[in-house]
Order: sequence, then C-alpha cells, then structure tokens
Amino acid sequence: MVHPFLFLKWLEEQLHIHVGEHVMYTWLVMIILIVVALVASRGIQLVPSGMQNLMESVVTGITNLAEETMGHKGMAYFPLVATFALFILVSNLIGLIPGFYPPTANLNTNAALALTVFVMTHVIGIKEHGLSYLKHFMGPILALAPLIFIIEIIGHLARPLSLSLRLFGNMYGHEIVLMIFIGLVPFLLPVPMMLMGVLVAFIQTFVFTLLAMIYIAGALEEGH
Amino acid sequence: MEFFAWAMMAAGIGMGLGSLGTGIGQGLAIQKAVEGVARNPGASGKILTTMMIGLAMIESLAIYVFVVAMIILFANPFTEEVVKLLAK
Repeated sequence: MVHPFLFLKWLEEQLHIHVGEHVMYTWLVMIILIVVALVASRGIQLVPSGMQNLMESVVTGITNLAEETMGHKGMAYFPLVATFALFILVSNLIGLIPGFYPPTANLNTNAALALTVFVMTHVIGIKEHGLSYLKHFMGPILALAPLIFIIEIIGHLARPLSLSLRLFGNMYGHEIVLMIFIGLVPFLLPVPMMLMGVLVAFIQTFVFTLLAMIYIAGALEEGH
Repeated sequence: MEFFAWAMMAAGIGMGLGSLGTGIGQGLAIQKAVEGVARNPGASGKILTTMMIGLAMIESLAIYVFVVAMIILFANPFTEEVVKLLAK
C-alpha cells in the first residue's frame, strides 16, 4: 500500500541515493521547520506581526501545556518537548498534501523519537537524583523490591514500544484508509477521511508530547 | 491457497474484535468525562487532558491489533514457506 506518486521518492531514484522515502521526507520537514524558524525570528519586533505572531502563539501554547504538566523544574526540558511537538505536527500534516508522505507513518522514525524520550527520561532521572533514582523502581516496601523492580523495568520498556506503535499505527492506518478509499471511489469520497486526518494529526501530536512530558515529570519527582 | 484465505479472515476478525473492545472502553471513558464536565464545567480543561491520555492508552490496544493485522496481510513471515509448499 503506497502512494501513487511521491515526488521525493522519485527524486531519490533520480539521484541514486538509497535512504528510504521516510528519511527524505524527514529532511524535508526539517528544512521546513528551519526555514520557518529563520523567517519568524528574523527582525523580531515588540509588537509581533505575520510569521512571528503565528510562531509566538504556537510556542506560547506549548509553553503553557509544559508548565502545567511538568512544573517549573521541568521547563529546562521545554526545548526538547517543543521540538517533538513541532516536528510531529508538521510530519503528520504534510501527509495530507498529495505527493507527500508523512515520515511518522514509518515505524523507524517513530522508534527514533520514542527511544529519545526513553533515554532522556532516564538521563534526567539520574542527573536529578543520582543513585537514589533507583528508588523510583523499588516501590514503597523494601521487602517487595525485587518483585516491583521487575514489573517497573517491564513497564519502562513498554513505554517506547507503545509511544512509537501508537503514532505509527494512527498515521499508517490513516494512509491505508485513504489509499483504499481512493482505490474505491477517487472522487470526493476521501475528503471526509482527510478531514479526520487533520484531527488525528493534532490529537496524536498532543498525545505524544503530553506523554513525553508526563514521563519526564515522573523522572523529575522524588521517589517514594 | 487456503492459508491466505485464513490469513485474511484472521486479520479482519481480529481487527473487528479489537475495535469492539476499544470502542466500549472509550465510550465508557467519554461517558464519565462528559458527566464530570456537566457537573463541574470549570474543570473541563483538566478533564479533557486526562481523558485524552486515557483515550490514547485505550486506543493503543486497537492500534496493536491493527499492526498485527497489517503484519498478517502485508508482511506475513510464513508467506515464503507456504508458497514453497504450494509449488511442490
């Protein structure tokens, strides 16, 4: 199940570089984000207008959410979370344009994102608490620690799996449904599905970002 | 050939069962969230956030089934062996 035509895949074949179309589209998303950031931050004014206005409202929204979820201490990790949000949102939305393929509809991209969250939470935990970070895995009763430890390890390992598979399943499922509908009736029938795709893109971005923030906040708080 | 017919059926029935349970679960979650908002509209923001996380967790179950169905349909690990056996 692939798109009828992906222009970056065609470009990749012309240039004879074999990296996969999701990597090509990831680069495209990165270029878009970098260009938008440069345009928005060039000539910053006190009273924002145009691109600066849009980006300021986006960043303010993410800031409020991060402040609410992670608390004041977690704002040090706001750049990471905001980058996740912007990258995933643009990647999801790009798939609605014909000829584009969302990089998040490939498990490799999502696994990279989820593993970054997984590693970051533990790095933050160790940085914040040192050796007493192990208390997070021990549970309240010392006698039950060996049992709780195994359960906690399994629970922590399930995090990157569920994070990556959720995003992948949603985006890939949406792609498949669109392709099947286009195969059945190419005229007007896929439009309601595409409208739902906008909703799914925003909700999945929100969920991924929120879960990443909750994991970081969990690593920041004191062990019981 | 029968193998592929059963694979199709497994994917379809599995997806149906997976979405059945997920639908019931999400319906219950949304029911309680709506009740909560109706009782205390001031807390709607917090309830919405919490509900979203819960829904995402429940939804994962259907997504896992979907991934398994896609593996059965498009990346079945036994396809080569079955084709080899059929060629005999």
